[in-house]
Amino acid sequence: MPKRDYLGLRAALADRMLPVLVAAMSFLAALALAGALASATLAATWESQAASALTIQVPQPDQPDPTGRTTRLAAVLAALQATPGIASPKVLDAATEDALLTPWLGAGASELGLQLPGVISAAWTGAGTPDTLATALANISPGTLVDIGAVWAARVAALTNSLLDCAVAVLLIVALVAAAVVAVAARAGLAQRRETIAIVHGLGALDGDIANRFAFRATVLAVGGSVLGTVLALPVLAWLAALAAPFSGQAASSALMALPMPLWFAMPALPIAAAGIGWVTAQLTVRGWLRNLP
Amino acid sequence: MVRFEDVWLRYQNAARPGEPALDVLRGVSFEIPDGGFRWPTGPSGAGKSSLLKLIYLAEHPAKGLIEILGTKAAKISRRESALLRRRIGVVYQDFRLLPQLSAYDNVALPMRLAHRSETQIHADVTEILRWVGLEQKLLVRPDELSGGEQQRIAIARAVVARPKLFVADEPTGNLDDDQAHRLMLLITALNRLGTTVVVATHNMALVERYPAPRLRIEAGRLLPNA
Repeated sequence: MPKRDYLGLRAALADRMLPVLVAAMSFLAALALAGALASATLAATWESQAASALTIQVPQPDQPDPTGRTTRLAAVLAALQATPGIASPKVLDAATEDALLTPWLGAGASELGLQLPGVISAAWTGAGTPDTLATALANISPGTLVDIGAVWAARVAALTNSLLDCAVAVLLIVALVAAAVVAVAARAGLAQRRETIAIVHGLGALDGDIANRFAFRATVLAVGGSVLGTVLALPVLAWLAALAAPFSGQAASSALMALPMPLWFAMPALPIAAAGIGWVTAQLTVRGWLRNLP
Repeated sequence: MVRFEDVWLRYQNAARPGEPALDVLRGVSFEIPDGGFRWPTGPSGAGKSSLLKLIYLAEHPAKGLIEILGTKAAKISRRESALLRRRIGVVYQDFRLLPQLSAYDNVALPMRLAHRSETQIHADVTEILRWVGLEQKLLVRPDELSGGEQQRIAIARAVVARPKLFVADEPTGNLDDDQAHRLMLLITALNRLGTTVVVATHNMALVERYPAPRLRIEAGRLLPNA
């Protein structure tokens, strides 16, 4: 291969260390990328679900409403059914209430003789937040509380955004470490081929000729390593996705199908990013080194 | 044309940075016209090799003006410097062949760097290797060749791209009389075709057999010709 490899880079930039290190970097990057995408997906899902949830507590639910024609609970339910933007209002049955209170009051809370409020769950489908709803319901049933999910949605958003930032930070760190690995490999190759490069430089090779050869070799090795690392990450990611399926609320027929669709589109970006890092880092390293030659 | 005007070359001992720098060339001035031939001569350590390094752009002068093939060396970019080197054929004292390449590929290297076609490279490289008597060793690597054969490969590499300036440092050091004579025939033929030639040597018999002006150097200074 003398025509293509007169610098002897097949030996100087060997196909062992660099690809293995880049494979490890890509493996970590794939995990971080999956974490970032999972955080973003969960953020979107949880935020929409939490923001639309309404919980209405009606104290003394069996007492008559101000009109005296029905109970407070029924009156509030009817008012909710008649309010635009409120969907699926539903009174929680005693068993469900018992289950919700079990952590605080133990099993059979309804049998303790406590005055428990009636609880209605609903979804808010209107724009903004139902600010006037609490006042309207309090007129029908004094003391009625409306718990809007937007507060929880904001907390969920903060959590998931924090997770997303962490994942992006990990990706950046992995990219920087990968660049450092390529730079060290390129410098080792330069040290090994110092004499050869000096000769070729003396014969009239442009800095770009030499840098391009190093960069091409580094890019090939980086892409090879990155493909290996990304492929090796797939079964691990599938396993993690299968473990997280109950948590994310998504069931899948197979482990690989458990991976979110955006991840399948994002994974090929890793070898492309590795190629970019390999090419740019090798170019900068070699051109900087060549400045030492006259 | 090669022109030196009050050129100084200074080496700093990297191992002893506190020591004063050593001036290996001191105020050297001369001019070689296009197609000229010069013999830099002088004792070992006089500064012949340093003079040649400045000519083939392997060193920067500490002071003074150097003009190579009509180009002022101090005022050119790295790219222009590389392109200028392609017009200079150099035979180094230690040959400086690439050990991982065959004789053929070593000789072909300057032409490949200049992006010549493989057809032209094949024709020119096989021709020049025949001229230096190594047509049977095209695929042999330098470490399998004798010192004289390596030197002939180095000479072939220096002349294959038909340089405008040919610079050689003791090119006949490892050659027998017959090979040295063949080499000088090649160099004088190049010179007749218009190539400027600068050959540093200890071999005064060679200088007398192929008469040309001398650049006599002693202790870094150029002596006036007698």
